[in-house]
Amino acid sequence: MSKKNFRPDVDAEPWKGGYSPYDIVKEATIALVVVALLTVVLAVFFGSPDDPAITIKTWSNATPVDFAVTALSELNGTSGVAQYGAPYNTGSSGQALGPLKLAKWVGVRIPVNTVTDFVIDPLKALPDQPLLTQALKQWKNASPSTRTSWVTNYTKASSTMTFANRQIVVNATNVGPVPLFIDDLTQMAQSGALDQALVTQAGFYTTDYTLPLLFLADGSYLANQAARQHLTGDQWGMMNETGNYPGQAWLWLYTFWYQVAPFNSSGNGDVLVWGLMMALSAGLLLTPFIPGLRSIPRKTRVYRLIWREHYQNVEES
Amino acid sequence: MSSFINFAAIFPLTTLGHYIHWHFIQISVANLSVIVLMVITFITALVAPFPGRRRRRENR
Amino acid sequence: MSYSEIERQWTTRLRRRFVRLLPPEKLLPDNQPTYVSSWIYVFGVTTLSALMVVIASGCVLAIRGPQWWHTSSVGHFVNSLHLWSVEIFFFAMVVHLWGKYFMAAWRGGRSITWMTGVVTFLVSIATAFTGYVSQSNFDSQWIATQAKDGINATGAGAYFNVLNMGQMLMWHIVLLPLVAVLLTALHVLLVRVKGVVPPFEEQAKVSA
Repeated sequence: MSKKNFRPDVDAEPWKGGYSPYDIVKEATIALVVVALLTVVLAVFFGSPDDPAITIKTWSNATPVDFAVTALSELNGTSGVAQYGAPYNTGSSGQALGPLKLAKWVGVRIPVNTVTDFVIDPLKALPDQPLLTQALKQWKNASPSTRTSWVTNYTKASSTMTFANRQIVVNATNVGPVPLFIDDLTQMAQSGALDQALVTQAGFYTTDYTLPLLFLADGSYLANQAARQHLTGDQWGMMNETGNYPGQAWLWLYTFWYQVAPFNSSGNGDVLVWGLMMALSAGLLLTPFIPGLRSIPRKTRVYRLIWREHYQNVEES
Repeated sequence: MSSFINFAAIFPLTTLGHYIHWHFIQISVANLSVIVLMVITFITALVAPFPGRRRRRENR
Repeated sequence: MSYSEIERQWTTRLRRRFVRLLPPEKLLPDNQPTYVSSWIYVFGVTTLSALMVVIASGCVLAIRGPQWWHTSSVGHFVNSLHLWSVEIFFFAMVVHLWGKYFMAAWRGGRSITWMTGVVTFLVSIATAFTGYVSQSNFDSQWIATQAKDGINATGAGAYFNVLNMGQMLMWHIVLLPLVAVLLTALHVLLVRVKGVVPPFEEQAKVSA
């Protein structure tokens, strides 16, 4: 390679110097034994976290009003899921990365109708409930505007909602079967039957927990438990683990952007952060081709520490 | 098997985490410890003498 | 079969090509350039070792299925091995990345080596993520319901459903480890083919 074309940050002359015996298989064996031993020591001393999963049963028994309010939000279309947009529904146009409405373009691929999936269908699964069966028939035969009127009236009165004598109580009129729906769904949740109904809607064998997880996430209970454990977005939660365990420190930059403007207040925050992280990852990937970035190693001279023996030898000779 | 050997952790880290707040930065003591340890490890690796120097001198 | 027929075979041509690229003494060398004289060089093999412990502990977890570790103290211990080997894996990989960056290890036609390393890093993050949402506990519930927003916003969530534990578990134990292992193997073979990057050239000090 001619000296004229030599780019010190890109090129390297082939090594013409000496070689020394180096046992790489022995090195690898020692590394494996050391790492395995270290792993065992850490596991023996510290174990690993396993906070049990939160069920809808747990949630509805701990905070029945929060559960009932969430169920109502699924019915009146104000819940996070109801207004989510793609891939669940068309409740909103979703996030945009500039002109790119990526989620909307891909469309609704995991359809979730919060009224039927979270309220009506689970209630239908309850056996031996003559009053409920009647109420479901009333709902089915009502016009959409009548249903909306019932739900709106109930929603207006829902700020007075209480849980007394194991029942959800709201003082409201012209609300049709809505009070019975909310109360029966709460009782169903508290018995554990709703957890099962939301999962087995897809069939006997399923490993898809989309519905119960979406329902849980629409309420406050899951988020409150997460906040206790410092796991929420504005607590740099993405990096964290439950308890005192180290988490995912390698996600520090991803979660950093969620703490600063404009990402922390933008409705498109998620897709903006993704776009930025994709760009930065591309930068890391293409470092060999990026002038300036690829010059930092040579300019900072940290390599002088790594290869100090070599440079001493060169100076001596 | 588990009746012969107790597989429970000696110091399970299951109590609520300790966090450090500095301006807008919040970091767990656990994560900070890992990051500090990584930096110390990196610097140590750079400066610690590596065995076999005499052999390498002979093969220069 | 005639000699020329043997020479034309795909088998023969592939074998010769591979042996020319990576003869045994290059695949498993018994020496290294004298400039390989720093502890920073051990972090690649440490990362590799940690990956082996991760996979081994994962295989043990697979024997009794994804719920085993919740109900068995032995299972919980194996899960702990899996968690801590993952922590060591990322620890060593990042220190290795820092070292390679400051060596500008992409020099001398080694840019593909660098790039396979970065892609392996990113695939490892994805693999860890699918592992975290496969835990079937509170942590996986929270991580899944939060991560869905970021992934859904890109459109990928329509097909990569983080709330579908079965799908996430299969990505974690089949698809992503396969990709990670193949990329790692390619990365290591490239280092063997190209050799360890030599030091920056500096002018020797001329004594007075």
